[in-house]
Amino acid sequence: MSTTTAAPDATRPGDPPGDRRTRRKRAPRTPLTKSQRREALTGYLFISPWIVGFLVFTLGAMVYSLVISFSRYQLATDTARPVGLANYEALFEDPKIGIALANTLYYAVLAVPLEIVLALGLALLLNSARRGAGIFRTIFYLPKMTPAVATASVFLLLLNGSQGAINRGLAAIGIQGPQWLLDPAWVKPSIVLMTLWGVAGTMVIFLAALQNVPKDLYEAASLDGAGAGRRFWNVTVPMISPAIFFNVLVLTIAAFQIFDQAFLLFHRQTGAGTSDASLFYAIYLFDQAFRQFNFGFAAAMAWLLFVIILVISLIQMRVGNRFVYYESEDAR
Amino acid sequence: MSSPIQPGRVQEAYVLTPEQAEEVERTDGATPPPAGESRPRRRRERGPALSPLGRVLEVVRWVLLLVCSALFLYPFAWLLAASFKPRGEVFDNRLIPQTWVPENYVQIFQELPLLSWLGNSLLVAILAAGLVTVSSSLVAFGFAYYRFPGRKVLFGVVLATMMLPGAVTLVPSFLIWNQLGLVGTNVPLWGANLFGSAFYIFLQRQFFLGLPKELFEAARIDGLNAWGQFWRIAFPLSVPSFVIVFLFEFQASWNNLQGALIYLNVGSAEGYTVPLGIASAMTKYDPSTGGHGDYQYVMVAALIVTLPMLILFAFGQRSFIEGLATSGRKG
Repeated sequence: MSTTTAAPDATRPGDPPGDRRTRRKRAPRTPLTKSQRREALTGYLFISPWIVGFLVFTLGAMVYSLVISFSRYQLATDTARPVGLANYEALFEDPKIGIALANTLYYAVLAVPLEIVLALGLALLLNSARRGAGIFRTIFYLPKMTPAVATASVFLLLLNGSQGAINRGLAAIGIQGPQWLLDPAWVKPSIVLMTLWGVAGTMVIFLAALQNVPKDLYEAASLDGAGAGRRFWNVTVPMISPAIFFNVLVLTIAAFQIFDQAFLLFHRQTGAGTSDASLFYAIYLFDQAFRQFNFGFAAAMAWLLFVIILVISLIQMRVGNRFVYYESEDAR
Repeated sequence: MSSPIQPGRVQEAYVLTPEQAEEVERTDGATPPPAGESRPRRRRERGPALSPLGRVLEVVRWVLLLVCSALFLYPFAWLLAASFKPRGEVFDNRLIPQTWVPENYVQIFQELPLLSWLGNSLLVAILAAGLVTVSSSLVAFGFAYYRFPGRKVLFGVVLATMMLPGAVTLVPSFLIWNQLGLVGTNVPLWGANLFGSAFYIFLQRQFFLGLPKELFEAARIDGLNAWGQFWRIAFPLSVPSFVIVFLFEFQASWNNLQGALIYLNVGSAEGYTVPLGIASAMTKYDPSTGGHGDYQYVMVAALIVTLPMLILFAFGQRSFIEGLATSGRKG
């Protein structure tokens, strides 16, 4: 390799680890030539902003967070006194942690499948529409552009138990709507409803995946006598399974960190008439860190959340690998 | 710190390659995918080629699309109507107000320091988006065009940080900014963007890799140094990916409630950004906390904070949708 500065990177994020091994064998540490050293230096200079940011705000912050999680932090004096495992012990003794985890899990289990089904349904509709799909796509996308505060302000009134538009609409078709925001059983469905309104991000990913399914597959399936249902299950679903998998993974991670909507509807003020039904993990973490100033406890909470999200993602990846069909694996 | 590792933002962490994006754009408008020129397709739309069952399905699709659209648009219509109503009618759910109170739009500026909130939000969003665009692009260029030891590992680290839940760095970031004496200012809301952000680095690197390397080769031979190659060639050529990054980060920053709660809540109300301001207004007017239920002002504020996003979307629709994800192949 000469002095080509513009040599494009042949590596991709998904490169198999085997690749690295062969590379290492092929190139035992020969000292760099002068021009290679220059090139390397230039490269490091270009990426130096990221290196600094990573060292301070990611790696540094993570190490710092770990230290704090084993300390009692005094904000007034900016001192961290080591307390060993006390914060983690407190974590497992605090009944609110269990409640917050259960709420968050409940929310995720309710929200993620509904989001997937609605997003896929809308994407299928848009994908099959013969015209006007662009307009409808824009309409479905608008809520995604709406700031969470605006969404929450509107739904706060729409979901009102006696006067809200949603219950009046339900009453019009003979259904007695629940006290969405007051009845502990309906607090989480309320937030799911708001989440579903902004489902367009997920929808767009499905739409792109649907449009990448080769049309001849459908024709072949039709010739073989497959009806619409069979074509959906045997062609569409396998072909878009990477997108389904990706969306499930990403929506689950997001669901575990649900904050804005719950905060705006129920937790703007400390303990202001809220039941524990809306106490999500991120809300409790925020409360402990920035209202109670229990930084050590909050840091320990953050690490527990990190481990939980990691475990769930790994499980999903394991399960996903079995069902996800990667069409062009060899081609790449 | 604004990076796609914030809660609720992860779903954006996926990209189309330019070709895929074009594919979405090309195929999703009025043109249905089945191959063929536009004329035969149009004939099919008109009817005769559709079987009776096909025609029924087409009608069902349209009805479903229209119903869904109505449901998705209803909250906007309701918001618009409510913003023109007097206090007593906010809840009456009429889409055409019985009493029109356009004065709400004037009074709100006496009720709430909305103007200074908007100014703060605008400043923060422009700084956040502008800085992250430039810094991520620099880093992406380094990863795309230069070979240096550890590049693969470092880029792997970039990708790994995209998956990191924002909660893990929430507390230490606050303490870092606190020790710098910057809590209470808006610097923490954009400061970390000086260092680039993983998702955008990934996105822009993809873009740079798509540029012909001969261009840089030639420039180098002509004696243009590395900075010149970046600034005079890569930078101007990558405007499309800049637009995507800028819009995404602008939106993220404009909507950022949690950051404002953590870093600005300590100061005076004039220093708030709009999300924090509206959150405080929701409490101010809440009858259960001693307010008078003047929700019409909250509705006006909600509309005003949404409007810039809608305008931005009207101009940058393509970029927003392109920037969004696809395929899961790289997930």
